Amino acid sequence: MTRARDIANLGNNTTNLETLDALYGDNVLTGRNLIINGSFTVAQRGTSATVTTGSAPLTVDRFSTTIANLDQASLTESQDSAVPSGQGFANSFKVVVGGTAETTLDGDETVYIRYQGIEGQDAQHLAFGTSSAKKTTLSFWVRSGVTGNYAVLMYTNNGIGGASPRSQTLTYTVNSADTWEYKTITFDGDGASGNALSNDTSAELQLYFSLAAGSNSTATDGTSWGAYAQGKFAYGQTANLIGTASAAFYITGVQLEVGDTATPFEHRSYGDELAKCQRYYYESGGTATNDWGQKGYQIASNYIANTLSHPVAMRAAPSVTKAGTFVTSAIAQPTPLGSSTTSWYWQAQKDGSSGAWTMYSNSSGKFTLESEL
Amino acid sequence: MDEMTITLAQYTELNSMIKATIDGTEMFIPLDPANSHYAEILRQVEAGELTIADAD
Repeated sequence: MTRARDIANLGNNTTNLETLDALYGDNVLTGRNLIINGSFTVAQRGTSATVTTGSAPLTVDRFSTTIANLDQASLTESQDSAVPSGQGFANSFKVVVGGTAETTLDGDETVYIRYQGIEGQDAQHLAFGTSSAKKTTLSFWVRSGVTGNYAVLMYTNNGIGGASPRSQTLTYTVNSADTWEYKTITFDGDGASGNALSNDTSAELQLYFSLAAGSNSTATDGTSWGAYAQGKFAYGQTANLIGTASAAFYITGVQLEVGDTATPFEHRSYGDELAKCQRYYYESGGTATNDWGQKGYQIASNYIANTLSHPVAMRAAPSVTKAGTFVTSAIAQPTPLGSSTTSWYWQAQKDGSSGAWTMYSNSSGKFTLESEL
Repeated sequence: MDEMTITLAQYTELNSMIKATIDGTEMFIPLDPANSHYAEILRQVEAGELTIADAD
């Protein structure tokens, strides 16, 4: 029997998927994993950073670490090469405690890893808001210097601005310190009428992995789907990562899939993963001397402008940031002037009324384009 | 759950973007409601927390 025939016969059934896995290895069906960069191979912004109160990714794409109201501890995050043996991973996401450990947390202190969100149009098959709402299973490898219960929040935004956010908070247990462990969590489908996920590009489905949480975030039972409240954010969390100096938390192989059974991690090529990440962020230039160049000839007025295409269609018109200094001839430094989901353009002042001009990126000059959720 | 710190918001020429400092970084924000930065700018303007200056 051919592999294609096997797949057609067995269909979308988790038991059969396991059979397929045994027959053909762990990548027999692609497109199962709703998470982008779950193996942390892509880190366009850098490989190490000090964690801030902001929510934007600082190192690995699509994931960020956030701290709130810490008194003494600090954290750093990085793309790391520590991985569970024999699982086919090359990278993990690492968060390390710095500063002074806080063995007792104030009520408003929180530390968490945030997955930047799944677009509503990519989660319609979960059928939330209907009686057919699907369960989803989250699986991942984790290694932590602090044992105990850790909370994971699934949060639905219900449109831009999150007018009526809903959530379910479940937990997993780290049993042995500094040891890789495989975890699975199955979330219920949210079948409550009126809570369908918007069919658009907004962050309809989000995941938050708590690492430490004060009582303000653990006071309300959130184990069933319902209206979100701060007290549900990390309900059930007992582990306090920042209570131990230099404690490290690693995670990799993050997968979210439809159904109540975790299947093996869906490994994607670096190129595929990078393209998925570039829908939300990419950098143009900044990686090598004369990474790219543009040139032209100005025939009138004192400004020139140029349009560049994105490598992939972006989620929304991106915000543009200019960093460093470009190598230019006969023009001033460029300024972003417009963007869309497919392209963007910049302008620069010409140092004369006409004549040739050139601009090159280099190891300093670059643009970053961001349409994160 | 996460809030951006936005300062120095000003329309660029042609009113095609907003130049603003967000969490310490100067950015050029398109006027696209699906853009998370612009959505937050609109929210803060609506709440009276932020004013966008006219273009130079």
